[in-house]
Amino acid sequence: MFTYTLRRLAFAVPTVLIISLIVFLLLDLAPGDPTADLPLTIPVEVREQIRMALGLGEPVHIRYLKWLEMMLVNEPLHALANMTGWDVTRDAPRILSWQTRSPVGDIIAQRIPQTLWVVGLGYIFGVLIALPIGIISAYRQYSWFDQVGTFVSMVGFSVPTFFTGVVLILVFSVWLGWFPSMYDTTLEVRDWDSFVRQVKQIILPVSVLALFNASQISRFMRASMLDNLNQDYVRTARAKGLKEQTVVLTHVLRNSMIPVVTVIALGIPAVFSGAIITEQIFRVNGLGHALIGAIYANDIPMVQTITFIFAVLIVLFNLIADVLYGLLDPRIRYD
Amino acid sequence: MADGAREPLVQVRGLKMHFPITSGLLRRQVGAVKAVDDVSFDILPRETLGMVGESGCGKSTTGRAVLRLYDITAGSIRIEGAEIGSLSQTALRRLRPKMQMVFQDPQASLNPRMTVAAIIGEPLDEHTRWGRRERLDRIYELMDAVGLNRNFANRYPHEFSGGQRQRIGIARALALNPAFIVCDEPIAALDVSIQAQVVNLLEELQERFGLTYLFISHDLSMVRHIATRVAVMYLGKIVELAPREALYADPLHPYSQALLSAVPDPDPSLAEKVERIILTGDVPSPSSPPQGCNFCTRCPQVMPVCREIEPETREVSHGRFVACHLHDATHDPTGGRTPGTRQEPNQQGVTR
Repeated sequence: MFTYTLRRLAFAVPTVLIISLIVFLLLDLAPGDPTADLPLTIPVEVREQIRMALGLGEPVHIRYLKWLEMMLVNEPLHALANMTGWDVTRDAPRILSWQTRSPVGDIIAQRIPQTLWVVGLGYIFGVLIALPIGIISAYRQYSWFDQVGTFVSMVGFSVPTFFTGVVLILVFSVWLGWFPSMYDTTLEVRDWDSFVRQVKQIILPVSVLALFNASQISRFMRASMLDNLNQDYVRTARAKGLKEQTVVLTHVLRNSMIPVVTVIALGIPAVFSGAIITEQIFRVNGLGHALIGAIYANDIPMVQTITFIFAVLIVLFNLIADVLYGLLDPRIRYD
Repeated sequence: MADGAREPLVQVRGLKMHFPITSGLLRRQVGAVKAVDDVSFDILPRETLGMVGESGCGKSTTGRAVLRLYDITAGSIRIEGAEIGSLSQTALRRLRPKMQMVFQDPQASLNPRMTVAAIIGEPLDEHTRWGRRERLDRIYELMDAVGLNRNFANRYPHEFSGGQRQRIGIARALALNPAFIVCDEPIAALDVSIQAQVVNLLEELQERFGLTYLFISHDLSMVRHIATRVAVMYLGKIVELAPREALYADPLHPYSQALLSAVPDPDPSLAEKVERIILTGDVPSPSSPPQGCNFCTRCPQVMPVCREIEPETREVSHGRFVACHLHDATHDPTGGRTPGTRQEPNQQGVTR
């Protein structure tokens, strides 16, 4: 298992490098000009100088290698220096955002907590709701609970978040006025009062995401439970004279969790990336919001970096899902 | 055991297992698959009742229904005198140690995520209050009994061969010292060479622990080898029930005759002489069995009465029961009684 993990990690290196090349080239080849947003009164020569100052004068492979160096070496060093205060950076150049001229790494570091709070909570609640619903739906297949649950998850899965989000805002913010429609990232939780305000503003985005995630995972859970409920070993367990609770929770649920756990693990990168639209609707100042802003502003270094981080997360969680599968299912041994 | 009037260990009367067919928007019941329809038999202590029949005739359903792995539609099942036909599943749990089952598919019937020790030991956790030491001792004892190496206790089912897995299944069934074991085609999924090993193991365990088997199989020669008495099923009903020797020598029901004529004879010169009875047509659907006798659509000796009146099960001679109009006239004066109670007492000891 350990050697397998190491080997997979080693194989991940070329994968990530190829992804970085594709991400870099795709965005580099895309039309667009970093000076396009500047006033038209700036003369052409000055524009050219600005481009040179941004490093666009170099040939593409030099720019790629420099970006790669900054991405993989300099940025992690700066992050380490920021966290520990050690002087390890040697003032190496960093990836600069064309919009703000500040390091991309710093912007991302500022944005990640909001994303993790809102989207992460949405995912956790989604999973917590989905598992019991999936289990009960499968155990009582075709009961009214199952019918309602299947219908709701079908709706939750097929209706996009930009629709549910707007509907929730309309109902709970505009008509009822219970919750704010915007997420205020400057709010600091200091006392009970601000805590209540934080809870109020997080409820809508979290419920939009929880509904979406829960509908997906509960369907998986239900299908996986149904697969296992009809297996022969369940009949064996009943014939042993076990309690129904033991049969369902120990035998069926544990076996059903194998695929579900991997689906949950594979969904975690989407916690970072998949909520772009929801963040946009509720004005959550997170990573997805930053990505959309950077795309609008033609801020190519920012887009490249965020896309690359998503790609690395997806590769990483794929590996984690595979390793989890091996740990959970004794029939699978990677050697 | 010379007393002819031994109390049966298992007594099944009028067992019916119908599975509902639903259709339409409101899932109303429009019919039922009569998988087992009015089956009665007895099994005496320490004997093996073989149950044969073609695929889909209700053998396995009967086996599962007898252990109440299904909620039966109707009928009475008494095991060691205790009525279990109408007990709730919760109440049944306490009786499970007495009655166990060896399943057909040794791969699928073992939880893939549990080790052998966990599979065998789980019933002990549930029904005893033993400590770790006692529990482990018992697991090792059972593994020895079925011929599994003790060192395999911490392995998972997929690491074993089919025959070994079936041994795990048997050890599991034996864990709580059952009196009655339903063997639901325990050898069907195994290689021929392994089949013999497993059947010999089952016989050896029967000898050692005084077990009673209901041995379900479609392998007629294997049933002939292991069974004391044999029941032949067709379309949810027992058509003939007789001591093994008598049945194989002289089957009375036309279906039994056809079924047994299909057994290949290893001697080529004899095989040429055997007249093979080939049935025409298909088995009718168990959701709409024919009127009268279930076998009337395919019976080579069908009579007009067969299409109208369902034949009763009659004892045509000592211990031989058959449900066929051909034997209406010849039946024993004591006929029409419930089958099984008067069985040849010496069948158990017949040399094979």
